[in-house]
Amino acid sequence: MSVLVFTENWDGKFKKISFELVSYASKIAEMLNVQTVALSIGDVQEDELKKLGNYAADKIISVNNDKLKNLDNQAYASVIAQVAEKEGAKVVIIAHNNTGKALAPRLSVKLKAGLGAGVSKLPSSVEPFTIFKKVYSGKAYSNLVIKSDIKILTLSQNSFEFEENVKSPSIESFEPALSDDLFKTTVSNVQKQTGKILLTDAEIVVSGGRGMRSGDNWSPIEELAELLGAATACSRPVSDEGWRPHEEHTGQTGKIIAPNLYIAAGISGAIQHLAGISSSKCIVAINTDKDAPIFEAADYGIIGDTAKVLPDFIQAVKELK
Amino acid sequence: MKILICLSNVPDTTTKAKFVNDNTAFDTTGVQWIINPWDELALTRAIELKSDAANSIENITVITVGEKDVEPTMRKALAIGADDAVRIDAEPTDAYFVAAQIAEYLKSNPFDLIFNGIESADYNGSAVGGMLAEFLNIPSVSAVSAVNIENSQVKIKRDIDGGTEEVTSELPVVAIAQKGIAKEPMIAAMRGIMMARKKPLNVVAPVEVEALTGIVNFELPQPKPPCKMIEPDNVKELVNLLQNEAKVI
Ligand SMILES: Cc1cc2nc3c(=O)[nH]c(=O)nc-3n(C[C@H](O)[C@H](O)[C@H](O)COP(=O)(O)OP(=O)(O)OC[C@H]3O[C@@H](n4cnc5c(N)ncnc54)[C@H](O)[C@@H]3O)c2cc1C
Ligand SMILES: Nc1ncnc2c1ncn2[C@@H]1O[C@H](COP(=O)(O)O)[C@@H](O)[C@H]1O
Repeated sequence: MSVLVFTENWDGKFKKISFELVSYASKIAEMLNVQTVALSIGDVQEDELKKLGNYAADKIISVNNDKLKNLDNQAYASVIAQVAEKEGAKVVIIAHNNTGKALAPRLSVKLKAGLGAGVSKLPSSVEPFTIFKKVYSGKAYSNLVIKSDIKILTLSQNSFEFEENVKSPSIESFEPALSDDLFKTTVSNVQKQTGKILLTDAEIVVSGGRGMRSGDNWSPIEELAELLGAATACSRPVSDEGWRPHEEHTGQTGKIIAPNLYIAAGISGAIQHLAGISSSKCIVAINTDKDAPIFEAADYGIIGDTAKVLPDFIQAVKELK
Repeated sequence: MKILICLSNVPDTTTKAKFVNDNTAFDTTGVQWIINPWDELALTRAIELKSDAANSIENITVITVGEKDVEPTMRKALAIGADDAVRIDAEPTDAYFVAAQIAEYLKSNPFDLIFNGIESADYNGSAVGGMLAEFLNIPSVSAVSAVNIENSQVKIKRDIDGGTEEVTSELPVVAIAQKGIAKEPMIAAMRGIMMARKKPLNVVAPVEVEALTGIVNFELPQPKPPCKMIEPDNVKELVNLLQNEAKVI
């Protein structure tokens, strides 16, 4: 029996989220007293695979098949299910990101396994299997019991304090059965974002709202982000106005993020905006209006004009370095 | 081509979450109910596609698993421009239950392009679309930000973690919609509201399905300690606190 964790790679490399997932899975494996098995799909070198052992994977299964070059939800879910069956998985752990949200529900039906989507903590009990998850767009949480024999959890990114626990796992390659009728989609025109820090990966995010007044005023946001190694973001009206690209919009209908630090400049803090950022560990608000709701969500606040505060902020960070 | 939109009936996004019965049930007092924002965008895109005759779309149907009280929200979808509506008469206990109900209906009432939203504003499961596709053994494409029809082929743009891709899929397909699929949700015109009353809203009986999960209770977030205010001419102090107190830079 095992806890199976699906680890994604990006051009053959794992990211922090992959290690976070393995570490999380190993903690559940401990609670159940079973092994942690990590599955990797794609062309990943042995050295890289071994890194999963640093976060307490007992065994690594590598699937490398040309047919799986692009994400096909049906095919990928089938591969994970085959490995889950082979390894007697009691729990399957997947990231709560685009890929995970695409695969976990399919797997749930395949394995008749109840899904706990977007968890951020370990289960409070394994008998009955009780998880804690966000509901109502972060306005509340629920304790949820998963009743099926097998369980699937998707873990919210940057929500779990993971730690190193070095093991020397065995690495096994596995050839899944891949019948042609699993492949009903074709992928073309892949556009990868390069160079920039992805909003969903970023540990620090600098974000601007309508209080920035115009898209032409964004250079202090960009400069501060650059200095802090941060990603840039914005509120919805800002992307609707075309001041900033749509990928940057955070909130209920945009990206949901949980960085260590979120700096909100000229953002009022509407409930739909907070839905996307309230899980941030630390929130800084800069706003001219002392009654702006963002100050209720923030840890640190400055009542002031972004046109003055941001340049001072940049200066102070420069002096720090 | 026939388009189906899975429609979730959710509290208005400004609703404060409150609970009753020992925190085991959502307090619906005074709540305004709306079409889940992504489902509304998907409906909008479907209507846009239908308005181009070259796409030869015969019909747009909306489907909801829910009790009678969801009908006003379904009527809204009809007023915006859906042609007909189907309500599966059951309380939507969990995503697996909902997907199984819709899948059962689709076995005898096939559609070509099936839209779901990426997440419902209440349960936040991001689950029904993928489950539905798996029940039907058909492809699903998630995080969809654009759908077009070219030579009766469905072309989909989706987000991957770190980029975008174009996907062409065999039909039927489940497209799981997020932001971008349509610009602004379409609003019902007066004529639409009048016509909606006459459009069919069929009620069908549920099948026996057991939910795989159950809610024990709800909790509200811990109140945050009050925000620490820093003087606007002392940004240095803020940076100092971020470094030494919060330890985030
Ligand atoms: C269904 C639905 C979904 C939504 N989803 C989202 C979502 O995902 N994300 C999102 O962001 N919004 C969303 N919204 C919109 C949301 O309700 C707000 O309208 C929006 O978040 C406001 O953006 P803002 O804070 O940038 O602008 P405003 O509300 O206009 O606030 C601007 C703020 O800047 C301050 N300000 C002005 N000048 C300055 C200055 N010189 N220096 C400092 N501060 C200044 C003002 O005091 C004000 O607080 C949604 C709305 C609906 C109905
Ligand atoms: N009760 C329901 N009836 C019909 N469709 C639903 C229902 N609940 C959820 N959906 C669909 O599934 C999507 C995702 O919901 P969820 O999996 O609950 O986050 C929604 O955007 C709807 O398209």
